Order: sequence, then structure tokens, then C-alpha cells
Amino acid sequence: MNTTKAAPAKLVSPPKRVADYIESALPKIVLGPTLLVGLIFIYGFIAWTGWLSFTDSRLLPRYELVGFVQYITLFENERWWTSLKNLGVFGSLFILVCLGTGLLLAILLDQRIRAEGFLRAIYLYPMALSFIVTGTAWRWILNPGLGLQNFVRQLGFETFTFDWIVTPGMSIYAVVIAGAWQSSGFVMALFLAGLRGIDDSIIKAAQVDGAGPVRIYTSIIIPSLRPVFFSSIIILSHMAIKAFDLVMALTGGGPGFSSDLPAIFMYTFAFNRNQIGLGAASAMIMLMTVVAIIVPMIYSETRKAHRG
Amino acid sequence: MADGYHARTAGPQKFGRIAMYALLILFAMYYLLPLFVMVTTSLKTLDDIRTGNLIALPAQITIDAWVKAWSTACTGVECGGLKNNFMNSATFVLPAVAISTLIGAFNGYVLTMWRFRGSDILFTALLIGCFIPFQVILLPMAQTLGYLGIANSIAGLIFVHVVYGLAFTTLFFRNFYVSVPTELTKAARIDGAGFFTIFWRIILPLSPPIIVVCVIWQFTQIWNDFLFGVVFSSGERQPITVALNNLVNTSTGVKEYNVDMAAAIIAGLPTLFVYIVAGKYFLRGLTAGAVKG
Repeated sequence: MNTTKAAPAKLVSPPKRVADYIESALPKIVLGPTLLVGLIFIYGFIAWTGWLSFTDSRLLPRYELVGFVQYITLFENERWWTSLKNLGVFGSLFILVCLGTGLLLAILLDQRIRAEGFLRAIYLYPMALSFIVTGTAWRWILNPGLGLQNFVRQLGFETFTFDWIVTPGMSIYAVVIAGAWQSSGFVMALFLAGLRGIDDSIIKAAQVDGAGPVRIYTSIIIPSLRPVFFSSIIILSHMAIKAFDLVMALTGGGPGFSSDLPAIFMYTFAFNRNQIGLGAASAMIMLMTVVAIIVPMIYSETRKAHRG
Repeated sequence: MADGYHARTAGPQKFGRIAMYALLILFAMYYLLPLFVMVTTSLKTLDDIRTGNLIALPAQITIDAWVKAWSTACTGVECGGLKNNFMNSATFVLPAVAISTLIGAFNGYVLTMWRFRGSDILFTALLIGCFIPFQVILLPMAQTLGYLGIANSIAGLIFVHVVYGLAFTTLFFRNFYVSVPTELTKAARIDGAGFFTIFWRIILPLSPPIIVVCVIWQFTQIWNDFLFGVVFSSGERQPITVALNNLVNTSTGVKEYNVDMAAAIIAGLPTLFVYIVAGKYFLRGLTAGAVKG
């Protein structure tokens, strides 16, 4: 937090009357409710969910503790394991594809391209759409009967098969396609801003030394985009862990539960199957996953920033 | 301002330039394809969809699918199209955006001009909260909305979206007001101006750019939300994203892809419109909201 220091209100007008007391307390009165509500509805609710995860609540919440039963049930559940594996597959591919596409597009756009603004707007518009809209559109495109597969077969490639969306074990890759379509433009925008911020004196020095474009990109420009990689990975992994709407609209978690993600598991068990305790336990594992990924990243990055 | 590095300065190569443009245009087509397919499919008849192909233009243009998606398609048990859900979304999105933006402006003002002991630490705690997966607050929130008597209501959705939007709106305004010179407010204080006078007379007139960014960000987030909508509302009170998902998954007889696509465009139109009109501010919100903490 690098705020500039503001002089405390008291120094300027020492409180004398009741009105002055109120005036000097105003900042707290204004900010207080937000902080209070925020802290209760975030930290209080986390504690509440944590408590529920140690009870045998089903349709209605109960508050007698029963120990780790729900967590044991959770990790004996095949569907939960499927959703964790899917999160690993989806998360890593989604992040890699978005970073690759985003970086490539940003580098291309940074070459004094005509109509740059127009192209940028095209790459970025999916970000304005709801994941439900994206999922609905891709569900239609990827459906084997009348969609892309049918189109390519009509072109003459009659054995062409592209039915990931209805194939157990492959449907999660269909989710990666739609997810990357939606989010890669955003990563492009982050990288483009990073490229524009690079100090070109180092680049000029390298050029004087006879370094070619490839060398300049691999040894100077891409390494100096490190902070952009860092924030992109944080944002993308956060999106992946929270991914819910996209899968609901694209595959509904199917076929069967082969493209389930933890967020869908939690929703299904807590709200459709009346297994509140189990749902709470899965939510707590999701929270711990976020904490386990994001906290060390932020910590290591801020430590490096302090040293360097 | 540094302009970055351009490979071109190392020597223009015509072939390279052509390949680059080809690649960029190819990507542009890839990003536009789903939108193109959505629009053309929504204007086709079902027969046309079955006999034609994905990319083909409609044999004859018809808006039947649009009419059906808007007013008679089934979203679960009800068959009134998306029009009610569109109105639902509008009635909770607008107040939620207005309230969270207004409170965010005051908060940002306090956090930069009227800081008090502990305000920064508490704000940081609030910000970290943005990172939590919302699944972890769904069950207690459902209970709390019940206690407050606003479960399954527009008021409930406004409440939830305001509560979980505040950290972002506060962040937007705080980061904007940090760059306002403190001399300005100090001088006003010496002249005897109070908390609200300074806000109305000095701070608010400086704020239009950040208000636009914040309103666009909140509007996009809340309009596009699905999780809170599907958990905290049901039946005819559902927002449009939930209704769209129900419409697509309601299988009664023939699958009407043209209606699905028309419905998807209707659900996406408001945010798409905002993007086209105010893309610059949209991007600014994205990057400001993204590079937080």
C-alpha cells in the first residue's frame, strides 16, 4: 500500500462541539459498514462453511460436530477425484493456451500494424460475454451432428471426427477450447501493455551489439515481461478454479460426470443432492487450493521485487 | 513514452510482413467465427439448419427464432421466453451497480484522504477476500438471505452483488484518488470545508473517468453472473443467464438451435453493446480489476 499520507482530520479542526465529534468520526462511519460487512461476509462465512464441513448436515444445516467424516467421504468419492483431475487438465491447458496465444498476438500486434485498434477490439470482445453465452455458442459449434464435424465432412473429408464434447474423457478438452477463446484476448491485452512499457534503451544497446530480432525477443523482451506472466498466471488459475458457468453451459458436466469440476461438484451436492456437509467440505478444499497456489506465488514475487 | 521494440526497425522484410498480417487476420476470423455462427444460425429456419452447414448463410432470413426466444420459448416449466428474465436482470443489475459504485467512491475517498488507524490493514483484508472461490460463501449466504427475509428476491440479488462487489469498487476509487494531490484537500480543510463538502465540491468533479470504468466493470460482472443467480433465485425471478441455460437444456422434442442462438445473443447484447460503445473504459477496468492486491 503506497498511499500518500493525509493529515488526520483532528489536527486541522480540534473537536469541540458534538457536531465536531461527528464530523471527525465521519470517515469511520462511512468506511466502517463496508469493512464490517466485508469481513463478516467473507471471513465469517468462511468460518461458517468450515464449521458446516465438520457436521453431518444434509438437507438442513446442523451444528453438532462429527469430525472429519465429510472429508473422508469426499476423498472416497470417485466423482470428486474426477473433478480434481479435470481441474488439473483444464487448469494447466487453459493457462498454457491463453499465455501462448496472448503472447503471440501481443508480439504480432506490437509490430506497427495497420488497424491495430480494430484487431485488438476483435480479439478482446469475447471477454465482454457471459460464460453462459460462450458455452451455448460453442456447444452448438462443437456438436458433432450439425456442427463443425458435419461441416468438414461435407467438404469431402467423410471420416473426419470431432466429437470431444460428447465423448467421456475428451469433453474437458472441449471446455479448454471455449475457455481459451473467451480469455486469451484479455491475456493479449495484458502482454501488449507490458510490451509497450519496456525501456527501449536496452534494446537499442543490444541492436548495436548486433543481436537479431529473435535473440532480442528471447533474451531481453520476454524475460522482462516476467511480471505480466506472473499476474496473468494468477488471474488465469483463479478463473480456472472458479470455472463453473462455462462447463454448465457447454457440457453440463457431462457426458455423465466426465467433465465435472470442483465448483460443479460443490453446487450439485450442496444444492441439488441435499448433502450440505459434503458440499461445504468440497468448498473448503477449493478455498485451500486457491490459498495454496496464490499465496506462495504472491509471496515469492513480492520478495523478489523487494530484493531487485 | 517508450514505444517498445519493433522487429521492423531491424530491417523490413516484405514476406515476413505478409505472413504476419495473414496470421493476425486468421486469428481475427477465429475470434469472430462463433459470433458469425450465432447470428446466422439465429436467422435460419430449422430445415435450413438441418440441410445446410455451420458456415452457410441463411437460405432465407427469418426472425421467428428471435420472436420465440424473446416471448414463447420454455425456460423450464414456464414458457414465456426470455423477456421476463431480461427485465429481472435489468431491475437488479442497475441498482446493484449504482449502490456499489456510490459506496465504493466514498470508501476510496476515505482510504486516501481521511485514513485512520487500521484502515489500510482492514482494506487489505477485504481485498484478499476477492480471491476466495465464492463456493465457500454460498451456503451461509443462502441461510442469511433466509434470515433477512430476502431469499429468492430481487432485493436479495442486489444485496449479494453489492456485498461482493464492494472490494472491487473501493479498489478502483482508492487507486484513482491516490493520484489526486493532497494539497487540494488540505487547502479546502484549512478553509473549513468538511468531509462531504470536499467530496461534492472537489473529489466528485474529478471522478467521471473512474466512475465510467467502475460502472462498466460492475455492469459486466453482475449482468454476466450465473453462480449467484442460479443459487439464490428460482422460477420467474431468475436472471437472464440462468434462464438462457435452462432454455438450452430444456429438451422438449426437437432441439431448436436457432432459438438457442437467438437467446444467447439476447443475453449477450447489453454487455456487447457496452463493449462496443466504451471499449477503452472496459479494458481499463479489466486491467485495474485484474492487477489487484
